[in-house]
Amino acid sequence: MFRRPNLYTSYEAENQIFPTWTQRGLAALAIIILLLMPFDVPVISQIPIVRFLGDSNWLRPVATMFIILVGALGFNLLAGVAGQVSLGHAFFMGAGAYTAAFLGGEGTDAVYGLGLPIWIWLPGAGVGAALVGMIIAPVAVKLRGLYLAIVTLGLVFIGIHMGNTSWGKKFAGDPGLGRSFPTFDIRLWKEEEPLLLMDDDSKWLWFEVSDSQKTYFFTLVIAIIALLVAKNLARSKTGRALQAIRDRDIAAEVMGVSEFRYKLIAFAVSSFFAGVSGAMFASLAGKLPAIQWNLFLSVEFVAIILIGGAGTVAGTVMGTVFVILLPLMIEELTIWLSEQIDQGGLFSPVANFLLTEGPDDFGPISIATQTPGWPLNVFDWNIALYGLLIIVFLIFEPLGLYGIWISIRNYWKGWPFSY
Amino acid sequence: MTQILNVNEITLRFGGVTAINNVSFHVNEGELFSIIGPNGAGKTSIFNTLSQVYRPQEGDIVWKGKSIMGERPDRVAEMGIARTFQNIELFANMTVVDNLLTGRHVRMQGSWLTDALWFGPAKKREMENRRKVEDIVDFLEIEQFRKHPVAMLPYGIQKRVELGRALSMDPELLLLDEPVAGMNQEETEDMARFILDIRRELGIAMILVEHDMGLVMDIADRIMVLDFGQKIAEGLPEDVQKHPDVIAAYLGGELTN
Repeated sequence: MFRRPNLYTSYEAENQIFPTWTQRGLAALAIIILLLMPFDVPVISQIPIVRFLGDSNWLRPVATMFIILVGALGFNLLAGVAGQVSLGHAFFMGAGAYTAAFLGGEGTDAVYGLGLPIWIWLPGAGVGAALVGMIIAPVAVKLRGLYLAIVTLGLVFIGIHMGNTSWGKKFAGDPGLGRSFPTFDIRLWKEEEPLLLMDDDSKWLWFEVSDSQKTYFFTLVIAIIALLVAKNLARSKTGRALQAIRDRDIAAEVMGVSEFRYKLIAFAVSSFFAGVSGAMFASLAGKLPAIQWNLFLSVEFVAIILIGGAGTVAGTVMGTVFVILLPLMIEELTIWLSEQIDQGGLFSPVANFLLTEGPDDFGPISIATQTPGWPLNVFDWNIALYGLLIIVFLIFEPLGLYGIWISIRNYWKGWPFSY
Repeated sequence: MTQILNVNEITLRFGGVTAINNVSFHVNEGELFSIIGPNGAGKTSIFNTLSQVYRPQEGDIVWKGKSIMGERPDRVAEMGIARTFQNIELFANMTVVDNLLTGRHVRMQGSWLTDALWFGPAKKREMENRRKVEDIVDFLEIEQFRKHPVAMLPYGIQKRVELGRALSMDPELLLLDEPVAGMNQEETEDMARFILDIRRELGIAMILVEHDMGLVMDIADRIMVLDFGQKIAEGLPEDVQKHPDVIAAYLGGELTN
């Protein structure tokens, strides 16, 4: 307050990923949390709601979150940065997953599979999806806005149908049960001794690491690479060209940005991210039927960038964390509340008010898993809140969580003055 | 004087409407050429054919000895023809600096792959081009708006940013579509000063479409007058002013039939 504000003294400083010390501090904090999360940390495990941080049962959902983040970054590049509204992201994820299954999965009489190692099938999944994306890109040059959304929506249904055809089953397996996908095990070639097995407990340096901890770190590394690539594209020539096409496509062309070329890049890179994400998602799930790559998955990505803030990498991260972790937080909250009732804790009146335990209770949340109608159980509440949040964000904060963060930041920047 | 742009007998039709009818003109190096005419005369259509957004059915456009007919708009931009728009066509959600850097797009080498890595060529390229953009920010005196999203800026400044975006393409020919439309006296004078500075300091040839006759007569080297898609006069400002067809087009003439 009593010194000059921090001014940028070079263009380089201005273009850093974290240009201010506040951001660097927050990033460092995030890294510490992410590194400590898989391990039991004595203090954190006592704090309600965030106590899951030390709980190994939570590593799988968090790993799923990292995988979804990769796909969301790709979707943000296409829909947020380049403005190409797509509902076909699930289709591209599926394309990646089945490319991975073909390259890395085990071949049987029923399904194809070459059994290649991860360093082939994971990039291969991206490339396979990117090629499919590049076939779709010329459509985006012709069609805009809602029309493009409908065309890409069609892709999702075509994809599910293809999985049910006789030759599609060779890739996708049984329509009901699905097929098994390759695991994250790292090995040099097909039958070689694996360098790293994901599904057992082993020792790294001085630490005992479990299978879920290894999966957690593997997905974290992939997510960080995806974040760097997305950020680099956003802050350079490519990102500006994509934004130019989003804002004014004809003016962009007159400025020398080839619409066709950059829409092709947007679809290819976005689908690459989707493919990698889909392959890892399937791998983590182990077995998935083709119906899993449906419209609901696509809409989840729309929700992520709308809630997070379309067109920004930071917003995409916030959106992913929010959309994926919120349901888990609510479940955790419910469990904690019912514990409070059982133990007669400090918050038991609140818990009594919110929860319905018996037939003559009146709280809005039911703890039974199978209850038709009111009171809703936790899972129904999650779905309802999900829809409600999209509506609320669109009306009140179109810039999403990122917009909220910007207004908080600007408030403190100018403090104690109002602007 | 060398002619850098030759437009030979171009005709542009939209169905039954002939927007440009057999128009020819040329632009010399470093010249400020102006196109005037009543509304709907085809001035903006000429700009759109020059940047190949519209493809004329007949005629030829030769830029520095090479025909640009049938080239894509982005290729034409690369060849050194930049333009501004009548209604501001800035990238509204980007900052002023990002808009100008988008103008640098055609002068930036490298692909999205080097961009994805950032370190190395992409970073070097960004910094070099940022420096060039800063020169234009200085030239147009828009320093205090650098980091503002352009949608939030006043109209006069937006027009200036649009001129800057065209300038940052390092063009050899600048097409200015009504640069002072809707501006007050002071903003008009500022813009006139920038146009004259561009000609004197940067030596860029310009084609100016404008309805502000005072401005056009003061600063243009040569003027072409269009009416209903046809060329009715071409010459020095003082000659064009006295031309009977021009007076008829603007003020209404005797009915001839």
